[in-house]
Amino acid sequence: MAKRLPKVDAVAIGFGWTGAILAQELTDAGLNVLALERGIWRDTETDFSTTFAQDELRYRYRMELFQRPAHDTCTVRNNVSQTALPMRRLGSFLPGSGVGGAGVHWNGQTWRYLPSDLTARSHNIERYGKAVVPPDMTIQDYGVTYAELEPYYDKFEYLCGISGQAGNINGAIQPGGDPFEGPRTRGYPNPPLDMPWGPAMFGKAAASLGYHPFPQPAANASRPYTNPLGVQMGPCTYCGFCEKFGCGNYSKASAQTTILPVLMGKPNFTLKTSCEVLKINLAPDGKTATGVTYIDAAGQEFEQPADLVILCAYILHNVRLLLVSGIGKPYDPASGEGVIGKNYAYQIDSSVDVFYEDKILNPFVGAGALGLMISDFNGDNFDHSGLGFIGGGYIGVLQTGARPIETHPTPEGTPKWGGAWKKALAKSYLRCATVATQGSVMSHRSNYLDLDPTYRDAYGQPLLRMTFDFQDNEHAMSNYITARAAEIAKAMGGREISVKPRTGSWSVVPYQSTHNTGGAIMGTNPKESALNKYLQSWDVANLFVMGATAFPQQSGYNPTGTLAALAYHSAQAITTQYLKAPGQPLVQP
Amino acid sequence: MTKSGSRPGLIVATLCVTAFALQISSLSHASAPANATRVAEGRYLAAVGDCASCHTREGGPALAGGFALNTPFGTIYSANITQDKTTGIGSWSQTDFERTMSQGQDDQKQNLYPAMPYPSYAHATQGDVDAIFAYLKTVKPVHYNPPPNRLPFPLTIRPLLSFWNWLYLKHGPIAVPAHASPQWVRGAYIVQGLGHCGACHTPKTIFQGDKYDDALQGDALDNWFAPDLNGDHRQGLGSWSAADIVEFLKTGRNARSSASGSMSLVIVHSTSKMSDADLKAIAAYLKSLPAAKSEPAPAHPAAVLMAQGRAVYVDECSACHKMDGAGVARFFPPLRGNTNVQQTNPTTLLHYILTGAQTATTSAKPTPFSMPTYAWKLNNDELAAVATYIRNSWGNVAPAVSRDQVGDLRGKIAAHPARKPPSKV
Repeated sequence: MAKRLPKVDAVAIGFGWTGAILAQELTDAGLNVLALERGIWRDTETDFSTTFAQDELRYRYRMELFQRPAHDTCTVRNNVSQTALPMRRLGSFLPGSGVGGAGVHWNGQTWRYLPSDLTARSHNIERYGKAVVPPDMTIQDYGVTYAELEPYYDKFEYLCGISGQAGNINGAIQPGGDPFEGPRTRGYPNPPLDMPWGPAMFGKAAASLGYHPFPQPAANASRPYTNPLGVQMGPCTYCGFCEKFGCGNYSKASAQTTILPVLMGKPNFTLKTSCEVLKINLAPDGKTATGVTYIDAAGQEFEQPADLVILCAYILHNVRLLLVSGIGKPYDPASGEGVIGKNYAYQIDSSVDVFYEDKILNPFVGAGALGLMISDFNGDNFDHSGLGFIGGGYIGVLQTGARPIETHPTPEGTPKWGGAWKKALAKSYLRCATVATQGSVMSHRSNYLDLDPTYRDAYGQPLLRMTFDFQDNEHAMSNYITARAAEIAKAMGGREISVKPRTGSWSVVPYQSTHNTGGAIMGTNPKESALNKYLQSWDVANLFVMGATAFPQQSGYNPTGTLAALAYHSAQAITTQYLKAPGQPLVQP
Repeated sequence: MTKSGSRPGLIVATLCVTAFALQISSLSHASAPANATRVAEGRYLAAVGDCASCHTREGGPALAGGFALNTPFGTIYSANITQDKTTGIGSWSQTDFERTMSQGQDDQKQNLYPAMPYPSYAHATQGDVDAIFAYLKTVKPVHYNPPPNRLPFPLTIRPLLSFWNWLYLKHGPIAVPAHASPQWVRGAYIVQGLGHCGACHTPKTIFQGDKYDDALQGDALDNWFAPDLNGDHRQGLGSWSAADIVEFLKTGRNARSSASGSMSLVIVHSTSKMSDADLKAIAAYLKSLPAAKSEPAPAHPAAVLMAQGRAVYVDECSACHKMDGAGVARFFPPLRGNTNVQQTNPTTLLHYILTGAQTATTSAKPTPFSMPTYAWKLNNDELAAVATYIRNSWGNVAPAVSRDQVGDLRGKIAAHPARKPPSKV
């Protein structure tokens, strides 16, 4: 029997980036906020100390910072004709667990989406005609524009001390920046990181082909930084242990390094760790959330009443909780009706290795977002007429640190093991640069999330089932930008290149990207979306759902900048509009 | 939307600012203060006197006592000074409290151990002491009995302390030179009186009384070394400006150092709550102190030891403190020119390396920058070498550290783990 607790003003489910942002904003507005995190407390001093954080075996391969599949996972399949099976070991993506969430082990690649990314459906139809969006491609507009989000992108960038070079300030194109980006009101708070040789050679080659290289915006501080909350970040040491690791130098933006030193001291904020929410509770009318039911580490169940419920977990858990709680109409791919689970999307990537004979590139020097990129082939920055696809991706050399267990580049034709392999690896390790592409994934009728009919989690609740495959549009797009990447790679002057396109069906096994998106998307009407432009549930007015869960499709850029901007945009609407008339929809359907 | 239990952050901040302004105005007006103003004044003076650091045990309720002070003679537990009538000071009269502050006796006229810094508090004015008492009367009672002290015979015989008091307790106002400015007088009053800086920073006799002639020249206690606060350029505050001192006391960090260890408690509970005027007064007083004494420069350490130390430094320290020891001012403390690093007694530097450290956090600087422990990663030889290297590089000069000094401190810390600075988490 669940023990009933005293009511709070707002409960946040999950305490990663969005949980910390919402808790910070709502406590500033005077609300009494409780955050429930199913993982453990983690902080720089105790968990990411420089004396042990750079341990590849412990963190990358034994996955200490990630969600434990034995506790909770999802089942996966490529299409409805298959039987989904549980992902028993993390592979393609790495959801986080614990305070800070996946924002602890991210790389810090912090982008704004293109203005046209946020209006993907109307923009593409307007430019290329209705036929460019096939009937089963279910892309939508976000319902919020880039201009509306700009102040919130800015707020997140200054919170995180982003290091980068602006490309467009109030419409004026800036030398050295990304000329394709939407206009920003001011530059980044910190200058770009120093570029190693590999990215520098990419920049030179890309420019020689007429493209527009620029430093990737990085949540890795290029210099000591104090953010608007007074929280300090140390300068990045280029140690090369960002992705899949916590930062011991206070250099990578995370909830811990940007918000928690202030938030944790507030008298109207409470965090409970090792407390997993099992269900969002609804009033009998089904239109109001009364709070949540959670279970603590000792197995005791609690009912936590709250006036406002903010769902801030990773997207897969967000969608599962909505389905388990009976909120919103589940999506049915056969009829195309329903909204919960709809428009699940992902990221598609490929790479081209460049091998040098005589250049020593010191690839172990790295940071999570240390690279030069081009956006010339991202989004709708290039003419898609006659290409047979929409969308695009970035191309660049990103030097995240060639960690020794993970990194073993060898030229084509090298045996996979034995003395010849060792010899080739010994020669190639210091002499290889990788040109990577990261591409958009449009939403399609057949890619979706629902509850698995067979497999259950540690508490007996159904696992989430993921039905996903790369579609023709994505393969065509990825092949196109991979060919452009290969052209630049050739121009980088190496001895030889090795092209690694993404072919065939999506596989859950090799790591690709923790950029899962969609499942409870935002939009302009409740028939086609789960959330309004403020991330408020169309069905339950006192429920707000954060994260990339809301993305109607995935752009070619990394999601964190946009999901954080959406979170700030939502928080602003809650504190300035919703609280004046609690329980009311902010947008009339 | 229920508002019960919620406190708007902005409003709280505004109230704090208002209360602070009230304190300042109460201090600058001589008229008889109303009770609320007097309580606010007493709260401020209790912060100046740093009651909270010693009278609050780790994780315990404020001012309820039970904090262990490890003295050379044994362990003394601080008293409960909340208003609980049986375990605290709820039944004390104002006269009882005045006697405690000036003579080191409790309400039963029993001598207190001078771990309570009454020799310093004895310099406080009666008006200030009475204001603190008025504030303490408002503290919520907490029923808690601290553990009994662990002291050997004959120190358990409290009347013997009357003899100690005859030797070391000096009453009355502090000595003021004829030409002293009001600011200097205020600074001296805080440093020598309520602020009781000498309790840690003044060398002690074998009876643990202050060596008054060596005031603020630095002293070892509880496995730390409280550094020299006189004008010496290498070991003291000679190279610090008054603004450096103010920033350090207010925020816990400045361009030359970061507060950690025992000083964290002082920053968090006391100096960060002081007015800018009082901090400037402290700085003016400290900057007036001449270099205490000149020690002969120690011999430069052996080249092989420096090379070994440098190797460790490059691997373990340079990422934050930089190859040239410059650190990152206000983030990772500079080691170059750092007074803590160059004390003749290396205890504090070794303590940092062995246990790690966390920078004091204040509302001005909330980030708890931390240095990890190296106790498990470096052996005594490596630790002695890197400490010697740090103490003798980039212009630093200090005696070499031996492996035995490291081993000795390692053992003592294991026996008496240091209290961690207060964490908001």
